[in-house]
Order: sequence, then C-alpha cells, then structure tokens
Amino acid sequence: MSCAQRNFGDVVLDLRNISLSFGGVKALSNVSFDVREHEVRAIIGPNGAGKSSMLNVINGVYHPLEGEIIFRGERRREMDTHQAAAQGIARTFQNIALFKGMSVIDNLLAGRNLKVKSSFLAQLLYWGPALREELEHRRKVEEIIDFLEIQHVRKSAVGQLPYGLQKRVELGRALAMEPSLLLLDEPMAGMNVEEKQDMCRYILDVNDQFGTTLVLIEHDMGVVMDISDRVVVLDYGKKIGDGTPADVRNNQAVIDAYLGVKH
Amino acid sequence: MGFFLEVLLGGLMAGVLYALVAIGFALIYKASGVFNFAQGAMVLFAALSLVRLMEKMPFLVAFAITLMIMILLAFAIERLVLRPLVNQEGIILLMATLGVSYFLDGFGQLLWGSDIYTLDIGMPKEPATILDNVFQGGIQINREDLIAAVIAALLVATLALFFQKTKIGRALRAVADDHQAAQSIGIPLNTIWVIVWSVAGFVALIAGMVWGSKLGVQFSLALVALKALPVVILGGFTSVPGAIVGGLIIGVGEKLSEVYLGPVIGGGIENWFAYVLALIFLLFRPQGLFGDKYIDRV
Repeated sequence: MSCAQRNFGDVVLDLRNISLSFGGVKALSNVSFDVREHEVRAIIGPNGAGKSSMLNVINGVYHPLEGEIIFRGERRREMDTHQAAAQGIARTFQNIALFKGMSVIDNLLAGRNLKVKSSFLAQLLYWGPALREELEHRRKVEEIIDFLEIQHVRKSAVGQLPYGLQKRVELGRALAMEPSLLLLDEPMAGMNVEEKQDMCRYILDVNDQFGTTLVLIEHDMGVVMDISDRVVVLDYGKKIGDGTPADVRNNQAVIDAYLGVKH
Repeated sequence: MGFFLEVLLGGLMAGVLYALVAIGFALIYKASGVFNFAQGAMVLFAALSLVRLMEKMPFLVAFAITLMIMILLAFAIERLVLRPLVNQEGIILLMATLGVSYFLDGFGQLLWGSDIYTLDIGMPKEPATILDNVFQGGIQINREDLIAAVIAALLVATLALFFQKTKIGRALRAVADDHQAAQSIGIPLNTIWVIVWSVAGFVALIAGMVWGSKLGVQFSLALVALKALPVVILGGFTSVPGAIVGGLIIGVGEKLSEVYLGPVIGGGIENWFAYVLALIFLLFRPQGLFGDKYIDRV
C-alpha cells in the first residue's frame, strides 16, 4: 500500500480539548485531534483508555463536559445522535448492535430510514412515487449486499448468523446510510485471520471506492499499522501520541503504555 | 355437527374480541419492552370519550376527536412517565403503567361520568342464520360478532402493512430490537414511543368501540384486559399474530369446553379456562406460541 502518496482533504472533524467524566472517574481529559477528509484514522490504546468514549462523544451518545466539536465547519458543544446521523455520521459497535429479529435486507433498509422521503400514508397505499422510492432504496441495499458478499444470507434473520457475518451486516447497515464519516468500534474483534483479512479489504474498499472518511478503534496492531493513515494513542483518557503509524511505533510514551514501565 | 360448528364459530368470534385487546399489549411490549398494565384503562377511556362525544356530534367526528385524544394521551405518557424513567428496570415501568391505569380509570369517569352508556354504532343485533340448506335449522351467527371480526381483520391487516412497508414501521421494529443501534442510524427514540403509544391508543379505541357496543360502556370494560392477559401469554408477548392466534384458541377453547366438558365436570369452565391454559403455557413454553425465545449464554 502506498500510504505515503495518499492526499487528504481538509479537516472534516476537529475535536478540541474534549473532557468527559462519569461521576468522579475521568474518561477523557483534554483530548484534541482532527480527522481529515478521506483518511483512515485509528484510535488505539490499552483497555479502558477512553477509545469507545471518544467515538460516543463524536456521534453524540455522550456529551462532553468540556471542549468543542467542529464538524464540517460547524462548531458545537455536543452532538446529538439523531443530528449526527442526519449529518452523515454512521457507526458500528464493539458488541454487535443489530436488529436481530429482522432480516439482513431489513437491517440495511432500516439504515436508509433517514433517506426515505415519502410519507407513511403514501407507503401504506403503495402510492406511485413512494413505490419508486422504495425500489430505489432496495437497489442501493442490494449494491451494498453485493459489495460485502452477503448475498447468500440476504433473507436470513441476523440473529442466526455467525459472528463474523453479523459484523459484516453491521458494517452494511452503516454503509446503507451513505455516511461521509464512518466510525468503526473494533470491527475485527473476535475474528479469525481470514475474517480479519476480509474485513480489512472491505474497510479499505469503502475508503477507496466511496471516499468515506473512517475513524476506527482496533486492538490488532498489525491491522492498525497496515490500514491507517494516522493514529491517535490514548492512555488513561489522555492523548499520548498522534501521527503516522511509523511515528507512533517509535514514540517512547506509546511503547511504555503498551509494554509497561517502571515508575 | 351443526351445533358443533355453531359453538366453534361463536368461540372464534369471542376470540377475535379478546385478540383486539391483546394486540394493544403486544404492540407496546414489542416496541418498548414495557408491559402496559394501562391497556384496559385505555380501552375504557377511549370508549367513554367516544360514547359521550357521540351524544353531541355524528359518529365519524366523535371517532376522529377520540383518536386525537388518544394521541394526546400518548404524548403525555411519553413526556411525563416514560422519559423520566428511561433506562429503568421493566418492573419499575410496569408499576408506572399501573399508576397510569388508575389515573385513567379515575380521570375518565371524572371527565365523562360513571354511568353505563349505550354505544350504538349501528351494529345489527339480531342473529343471522347461515347454511340452513346444509344443516337442519342452519347455524345461528351473531352479526355483531361477525362485524367485529371483520373490523379486527382490517385492523390487523393495516397494522401488518404499517409495520412491514413503511419507514415508521421499520423504525418501530428497529427500536424494539436494539435501542442503541436504532439511535445510531438516526431514529429518535422519543418520537417512536409516542407513535407506539398512539397506535396502542388507536387499537384501544377500536377495542373499546366494539366491546362497548356489545356490553355497554361501563367500568367493567377496563377488566376485559384481564381476559387479554392469558391471550398474550399464549401467543407470546412480542407477537401481534400471536395475540390473534392466542385469542382465537382461547375463545374457541372456552366455548367448546363449556359446552362439551361442562356437563361432565360441572359448569363455569368459561371463567377459568383461559387462566389455566395460560398457566400451563407458563410452565412448559413461557415464551408463548410465537414469542421470542431468550437464551442466556453463560
């Protein structure tokens, strides 16, 4: 991969001095970093470093105590999940959060819910334009299903699928939103080597073909170093490193955090 | 044979009426995991509003206004009860709906009076005779029940289309499955709850209308919910089709056992049949016929 040659656009997401605490426990303190258009940005760090909290701040599940978020030029104190989704931020979860009783197609269609324009009465009555719109959404969903190679399980209830496939469906649902910014919380957790390779390929293809900006949390260092353009390192809620994979690998603070150090 | 069919049909019709109330339970349980104890009170409240409004205006106008009242009620319940209690345990929400139930019972009677009112929506009262060329004397069918069955079938078909074909329906199913994921794809939880309770209010209105026209609008309408409880246990709490099948099984079961077992083991079976059946289901198949089965992995 030619990481060095890749060109990135402007900063799309700028997080400034974000602090977050639960009761007396500081989950994030004074963390700042930015995400550029079209890049793959990884967040790494030991368990409990505040990585998932960071994603939750970005898509509005948590509201930071201090700091501000600038998304596409708009400055705000906090996001709200609905607003974040409407502005093109999609995400997946560390513990798969799918609609288990629904089929794969319906899960993906649900991801397009915000894009549906027809009124529910028109949909109920199969009114012409509503029907055409529905077909259009279904076509988009089928494209994503093809892209992720899950045609064979299109109509299965997702609760019955194996873990690796569920992860893929969850990615599919996020893609169905046609997001400009995609947040992936440990997309490869619990996968075997082949599944990881597949997932890596999908993630890079999403970035490449759809131009989606990606922020991902991952524990597998091999994967992180391979696919990300820039890496943020968190430890105990503080930022201890930020830069290209090569920079981060040689950063003494990062090495200490991962390997432990005598104090 | 003619007699058997007559009993069977009578049971099916009674079952449809139970199902009408049970659907309301299943809808709310499915979408929010709340067992809505107030469903019976909502039936009474809707029927009372409808019957008192009809004294002053034509049926359709009264129906529309009652529907609006039920939607307002849904807003109020979401804002005042559900939102402050978000993320609380199921048992706490159950207790809250118990409170709502007492409030609605009292408020409805305060607002609309506590007499027994006759609700006349033009349903024919005299029974019809069918198949009289097949069986001697034919089969007597209660036309009122027949119309109720048609109304229930229409209601169910509309709900099914609503859930399967519209974006709101899809959002409702999504919320029912996973709150967190639903929020992440831009489905606002609060709006969804208002919609679910509005739909449950609509179902309560239909049930109140049909039951009220059959029994008269009075306090005991709130108690039909007790008959719907075994129906949802049988059908599975999360399943709308389950509520219908459960209703039919209980309706038919109690009529047939009353007629054929009654003389052998003594009468009054109709009163306890549903509860015993529900108890057996709780012992051997607690998720009901169509409910989701939860398996906890260790």
